Amino acid sequence: MAGVSLRNVLKSYGELQVIHGVSMEIADGEFIVILGPSGCGKSTLLRMVAGLEEISGGEIAIGGRVVNELEPKDRDIAMVFQNYALYPHMSVYDNMAYGLRIKGLSKEEIDKRVQAAAAILELAKLLDRRPRALSGGQRQRVAMGRAIVREPQVFLFDEPLSNLDAKLRVQMRGELQALHRRLGTTSLFVTHDQVEAMTLAQRMIVMNAGRAEQIGAPLEVYARPATTFVASFIGSPPMNLIPKDGKLLGVRPEHMEPCAASEAMLTIDVDLIEPLGADIIVYGHVGSGESARVAARLPADASARPGQLPLRFVQKNTHWFDPATGMRLEP
Amino acid sequence: MVERRPGLTLLSHLVLVLGVLIVAFPVYVTLVASTQTSEEIVNQVPMSLAPGDSMLETYRVALTGGQTSYGGRVPSVGPMMWVSLVMAMVIPIGKIVISLLSAFAVVYFRFPFRGLVFWMIFITLMLPVEVRIFPTYQVISDLQMLNTYAGLTVPLIASATATFLFRQFFLTVPDELVEAARIDGAGPMRFFRDVLLPLSGTTIAALFVIQFIYGWNQYLWPLLVTTDESMYPVVMGIKRMFAGGDAANEWNVIMATAMLAMLPPALVVVLMQKWFVKGLVETEK
Repeated sequence: MAGVSLRNVLKSYGELQVIHGVSMEIADGEFIVILGPSGCGKSTLLRMVAGLEEISGGEIAIGGRVVNELEPKDRDIAMVFQNYALYPHMSVYDNMAYGLRIKGLSKEEIDKRVQAAAAILELAKLLDRRPRALSGGQRQRVAMGRAIVREPQVFLFDEPLSNLDAKLRVQMRGELQALHRRLGTTSLFVTHDQVEAMTLAQRMIVMNAGRAEQIGAPLEVYARPATTFVASFIGSPPMNLIPKDGKLLGVRPEHMEPCAASEAMLTIDVDLIEPLGADIIVYGHVGSGESARVAARLPADASARPGQLPLRFVQKNTHWFDPATGMRLEP
Repeated sequence: MVERRPGLTLLSHLVLVLGVLIVAFPVYVTLVASTQTSEEIVNQVPMSLAPGDSMLETYRVALTGGQTSYGGRVPSVGPMMWVSLVMAMVIPIGKIVISLLSAFAVVYFRFPFRGLVFWMIFITLMLPVEVRIFPTYQVISDLQMLNTYAGLTVPLIASATATFLFRQFFLTVPDELVEAARIDGAGPMRFFRDVLLPLSGTTIAALFVIQFIYGWNQYLWPLLVTTDESMYPVVMGIKRMFAGGDAANEWNVIMATAMLAMLPPALVVVLMQKWFVKGLVETEK
């Protein structure tokens, strides 16, 4: 196992630059999630680590060895693709064994590794089947099995859960976590789903338009977003950003609290109410002239109705941003 | 169209039965004629549609050649069938190998003038053998390939159609599969052999059936490049059996030869039908 270093990694297609210098040190055994909206370059970054995309500038090192010029097979990585990319004409066993056979491992060694991976992933009964005869979740597990048997230094996951239905996704998320605890292999996981990122990551990179907006532990990123992009990308509904005194005031919806009109720090004109069972989310405008939308998460027993709603919040839960650059302003 | 109308059902059955009759009747006449003697066919006008009883004798004569009951001499069909079989095997296999490789190159490798190469292949789709037949003949003749198996088959092997077909198929293979193979450490030829080839199985089968029949049915090209009787394919053999001038035709032997000539393509279609249909309608992915 090994750490991964990204040193000012750049990617451009001709004139068009899509990754603008990402740097990060990933420790051995860490589970890193690369999070961002579609088109932000997160998959490209992962594919550069895998060796499927050329690196236009900067360096990527795996286990201290610069891999810029190495073929994917020589980088000691394994990748799980979004659509699984299983070989359709091979059995589950052969799908997992294929890479090992090319490596020239002995039959016994291959069998040992495949059986071990199948046991971990509960695929033992399916080894003779073709991918076609498997469900989505099972295919996903085969794809992971194919990665595990290689015993790589780094696992790369490219949105592996996004083709699964919601329930299965939650289950696979749990299995992924268990797997990482068990194997302790350094993992890079690309997703656009903030829930996946928050639950799986030890640290995450939030990317936007080819830049790493913030790198940090999920709760740290949630508690102290570095930019307005991160603030509005993470959290559902996103952080409210209200222009105030030439700056942007950020307050998360769950930090808003209804109160008496005399104590109000903010009064909104409620026009949309979404009762979710566990809580109620109300949306409204601030004041009359300003157009900033504000959402507040209220307890389930709160009485919410359209009209004026006074809200308060405590100072420690406020964030300030520069409206021009979007950067966080430390108080 | 799912409609319950007895009239429509009747009509569609009528049309189908009619279609079958149009196709099947000539084959039946051929079969019946091959079981009668020449005298029976010629003396009875129109000929009887009931099977005769000299089937074994007729087919023996057709296969081995020699003296017929009618007094004429016919060449043996056996060697002609062999020539046809060689053509019908070499052409599809050669076509499939070359087309697979060229489609593989065009789809998976980035090389200078790739687009140009593809379009050049594509444009030759518009040039069937008949159009370039004289220059091709000149080349084969200059290469001393007249009256050889190579002369019969090589010019018919290059195929834009098959290349195009495989290209289209390769384009539908997901990129991730290529990438997964790269990560697994499979080089280009290994990927070709282990992944692309098995996936193309049904397409190959369909192409083989079509091209087998194409090779078997060649007439014009063998007519040009063969002058030696031992190199005549069976389709030419049938034509040659029609006696010119006053001599009588040995209809029973001609019909038997026709039946024999029909047999291998029919067998190939029947035996490979399952794969053939699969290859044309679906891909295993």
